[in-house]
Amino acid sequence: MPAPPRRAPRSALGSLVLIAAVVAFAAAAFAYAGGWLSPQRLTPDRLVDAFAPPGGPALGHRRNHAKGICFTGVFEANGAGAALSTAQAFAKGVYPVVGRFNLGTPNPDAADATVRVRGLGVEIATPDGQQWRMALIDPPVFAVSTPGAFFELLHASASKDPEAMKTFAAAHPEIAAFGAWANGAPWTGSYAEERYNGLNAFVFTDAAGARRAVRWSLVPEARPAPVPLEELAKRGPNFLEEEIAQRLRSGPARWTMVVTVADPGDSTADPSKAWPDDRRKVEVGTLTAQAIVAEADGPCRDINYDPTVLPNGMATSDDPFPAARSSAYRVSFDRRAAEAKDYPRTATGASR
Amino acid sequence: MTRFTSLQRALHWIMAACILTMLFVGVHMVSTVSPNYLALFTLHRTLGIAILALALIRLAVRLRSGAPPLPRDLPAPMKLAAQGSHVALYALMIGLPLIGWAMLSAGGYPVVLWGGIWLPPIAPQSDGLHTALWAAHVGLGLLLYAVVLLHLAAALFHALVRRDGVFQAMAGDLGRERAAQARQPAE
Ligand code: HEM
Ligand code: HEM
Ligand code: HEM
Repeated sequence: MPAPPRRAPRSALGSLVLIAAVVAFAAAAFAYAGGWLSPQRLTPDRLVDAFAPPGGPALGHRRNHAKGICFTGVFEANGAGAALSTAQAFAKGVYPVVGRFNLGTPNPDAADATVRVRGLGVEIATPDGQQWRMALIDPPVFAVSTPGAFFELLHASASKDPEAMKTFAAAHPEIAAFGAWANGAPWTGSYAEERYNGLNAFVFTDAAGARRAVRWSLVPEARPAPVPLEELAKRGPNFLEEEIAQRLRSGPARWTMVVTVADPGDSTADPSKAWPDDRRKVEVGTLTAQAIVAEADGPCRDINYDPTVLPNGMATSDDPFPAARSSAYRVSFDRRAAEAKDYPRTATGASR
Repeated sequence: MTRFTSLQRALHWIMAACILTMLFVGVHMVSTVSPNYLALFTLHRTLGIAILALALIRLAVRLRSGAPPLPRDLPAPMKLAAQGSHVALYALMIGLPLIGWAMLSAGGYPVVLWGGIWLPPIAPQSDGLHTALWAAHVGLGLLLYAVVLLHLAAALFHALVRRDGVFQAMAGDLGRERAAQARQPAE
């Protein structure tokens, strides 16, 4: 039998170099995957850093919508939503809510009359153990079309260059609709008189498996009473929190949840564009805010109102914002939770 | 016994692929804002829990089937390093997914897997606990990658330099050709 061909002897040195090269390649690939080799990439950390005011962020607080107050209440589903989504939150019934009224500012001590955007965080818990979280704001459209543009907007508005905002608006004309709202819409004197809009598009799946693109809003029961800004400024820095606490002491505040269903062909990817007014609207239930709790000890403090926490029967769409928001809210939550000692709970709540 | 059983070899290579995927997905997702973020994160949770289940099965199989002895001529410090790193790998394969699950629980997040499977929380909601587990998950995740790289270097060292059959013990049929060649008497 012929001897099998003998392997060419390989030098140990050659093998060691090969091993070192394999390990070095694996380490470099890992660094590449982690973005460490591409500092220009937009990461959630950079996005969150962009909110920080010149003096640095308020430690222990949310990096945006930092000023807020907790409430507890219920969501009462009327059953109509069951035709759109199998989520238990739409089955006729009453489900507990932990919510948060808030202002769109990174400064937890901002005076209420200085902040244009008001927001609402809502978490609905259902007996099947699932949750539906959302964070809505009062403008009818979002300022920009993409998360990348939002990052640029944060930089432009923080820039000392007086031309920065003009340059930004020229490159992102979609901001005009938001600007028209910000400059023209009346202000109100109460969180309870605001209409809060989800703005982002999601996909609901019904029991038959049909999928529909939707957006939703919370429409107040209280009639909005316009108040001139100069008048609001005189009401003190915390008038919104004082007013809502006072109001709920004499009775709950309510909103109707209205789901708007897109027509086929409506763009779901751009929250800076409203859908036409005639789209099908379904009233799915009522949100009731029953009691106010200060944020420092309140149940909303440690909730991340990540809009991608959705029950089965609801999912994200091709709207790029929920993913970007989820990644940024996670970073904001990681940081503020780690800084909890900088935002002490009061004596009664310290046990937690 | 000169080789791991075929079940052990299958588990080893399937899990090696899964764990490498997890490590790359982990560092990539935390630096991503694009819509991929949600899919990567769902993959991370789902595959992570799958690894936890596989690792527990693998540990049971290991306790039952044992392992082939290391070559007699392997210096004692290298034997210790081999055994120590294998214990560390088992601990991290089981520990990291548990820490990830507990970290999300402590942050008040639901843990939802691919396919709409909701897992119960395994830790109470707490800022302090979330922060400690977050630091542990990030730190131990990087440590796992470092140990895997060492393990990879050692495996290649056995295969290419020492040619002592340790690589074949795990490579199985893939390494048979090599093993046959390695057994050729040196001239
Ligand atoms: C890429 C775009 C966005 C970024 C980077 C961003 C960033 C943030 C951050 C970092 C927080 C604090 C999260 C926390 O620590 O829990 C926050 C809160 C909030 N955001 Fe956004 N956001 C974006 C888009 C939006 C949109 C489109 C809406 C409304 C439709 C919105 C409404 C809110 C509200 C209401 C809160 C307060 C939630 C709470 O009470 O905890 N955000 N945002
Ligand atoms: C073998 C299993 C696992 C490995 C190897 C692993 C590895 C990693 C790595 C390398 C990171 C990136 C850390 C960084 O650079 O910041 C990460 C992040 C993360 N992992 Fe895992 N992981 C595993 C299992 C899990 C599981 C089962 C869960 C949850 C159910 C989980 C949840 C998370 C979360 C939430 C983050 C982001 C942390 C943050 O907020 O920054 N992991 N993981
Ligand atoms: C994520 C990746 C990996 C993990 C977590 C891992 C884990 C392990 C563990 C725990 C053992 C000990 C088995 C036991 O005693 O039950 C082992 C053995 C082994 N692994 Fe890996 N491994 C990985 C990747 C690799 C790679 C990439 C290679 C080769 C290129 C490799 C080659 C080997 C070899 C040759 C053995 C046998 C060592 C012996 O005979 O004791 N492994 N691995």
